[in-house]
Amino acid sequence: MAQSIKYYYDLLSPPSRALWIALKLAKTPFEDCPVALRKREHLTDEYKSINRFQKVPALVDGNFHLSESGAMLRYLAAKNQLTEQLYPSKSLEERAHVDEFLEWQHLNLRLMTLTYFRDAWLFPINGIKPKPKAEHVEKLIKNVEGSLGLLERLWLDNDFLIGKNLTVADLLGASDIEQLKLCQYSVNEKQFPKVAKWLERVREAANPYHDQAHAFLDKKFKEAAKAKI
Amino acid sequence: MAPAIKYYYDLLSPPARALWIALKLAKTPFEDCPIALRKFEQLTDEYKSINRFQKVPALVDGSFRLSESAAMIRYLADKNQLTDQLYPKSLEDRARVDEFMGWQYFNLRLPTGQYFLEGWLFPINGIKPKPTAEKLEKLIKNVEGSLELLERLWLEKDFLVGENLTVADLIGSSDIEQLKLCQYSVNEKKFPKVAKWLDRVRESTQPYHDQAYAFVNKKSQQAAQAKL
Repeated sequence: MAQSIKYYYDLLSPPSRALWIALKLAKTPFEDCPVALRKREHLTDEYKSINRFQKVPALVDGNFHLSESGAMLRYLAAKNQLTEQLYPSKSLEERAHVDEFLEWQHLNLRLMTLTYFRDAWLFPINGIKPKPKAEHVEKLIKNVEGSLGLLERLWLDNDFLIGKNLTVADLLGASDIEQLKLCQYSVNEKQFPKVAKWLERVREAANPYHDQAHAFLDKKFKEAAKAKI
Repeated sequence: MAPAIKYYYDLLSPPARALWIALKLAKTPFEDCPIALRKFEQLTDEYKSINRFQKVPALVDGSFRLSESAAMIRYLADKNQLTDQLYPKSLEDRARVDEFMGWQYFNLRLPTGQYFLEGWLFPINGIKPKPTAEKLEKLIKNVEGSLELLERLWLEKDFLVGENLTVADLIGSSDIEQLKLCQYSVNEKKFPKVAKWLDRVRESTQPYHDQAYAFVNKKSQQAAQAKL
């Protein structure tokens, strides 16, 4: 029997988290290879030989090394290592719609949420940059909410992003938004009612793995909320 | 026989250009549906019913609508409307093309896109003034950071994924060629592999390359002459 795939990830990284949940939901056997970003493990020479881009997630299948979550999930799906529901390979049109979201989200949801997360949490916490001024935070949030507005208006006519069922598109999209818990940002359900309901649906459909994957984020969010009281 | 796919594009848009070249190379029949971005045709209600994101490129296949160049590439490939060389069927080669197409958003599209917007599109349309020298330096620095990654991590072979041209090369080169409009061309001493690769891509996609870049080449020559 072929060896299982080695999955390199850190649950602090949204795409790592999304793909981890997908693997768990699909009950895909994989060798667990956590890479601690906070300890800069991705910058070691050892990890460089795993993924030359020194990012997570990445996979190794025998001699084959691959990065980029979109590429990875397509590779896994083509090897029947995901489920038809998560990445609809049989229906050309359904799969094209999942692909459309996976491409769209890079420069929309991912870019805006990543910039906010990085400037408001990651850089200050690591002493790379000071905490952003109120004016800058306002701009970062405005960009995120621009994306949420597009999601609300253009992507959520159905229960999930692509029709009636959870797909990898939902996992990747939701993961980017949940990341903002580290910035104490949560989606305003009056401003973005569809997005708010969709996030709950994703969580229910992906549990218990969703809560497991988001444990650190949820903990930090609650701690900071308590500190404010 | 099924009607040909309708392809909505503007050769001013790098991904639209890349996919146009791919369709030509593959000799794929398509209905030519140009959208003039300079006339804001993408913002009309009519176009909104074609592509709700109001961008190019997009396609309509019967009643099926699709946007996002990479999604369109995969859809067309699986309908045998591209070639095996352009979007490989082999699992690992395909995964490598997918890897590049995922990687290029943040690493190539974003910095080249920003330089193009601030260095040409916004000033030309009166949206913003020309960038200061300092700002220009920063925009170029970001682009060259990307070129450095391309040079170091992607170009061990003749093309991005092995020995043959794929859609990855078309998409990647299109973003860099766009910068001609900013009077920027790749320094072959600084980025020798990138410079040679761009030549290779150009040669292996003629005559469609020159056809696709006619406007960009004309505009950048005009701007170069205006400076003299």
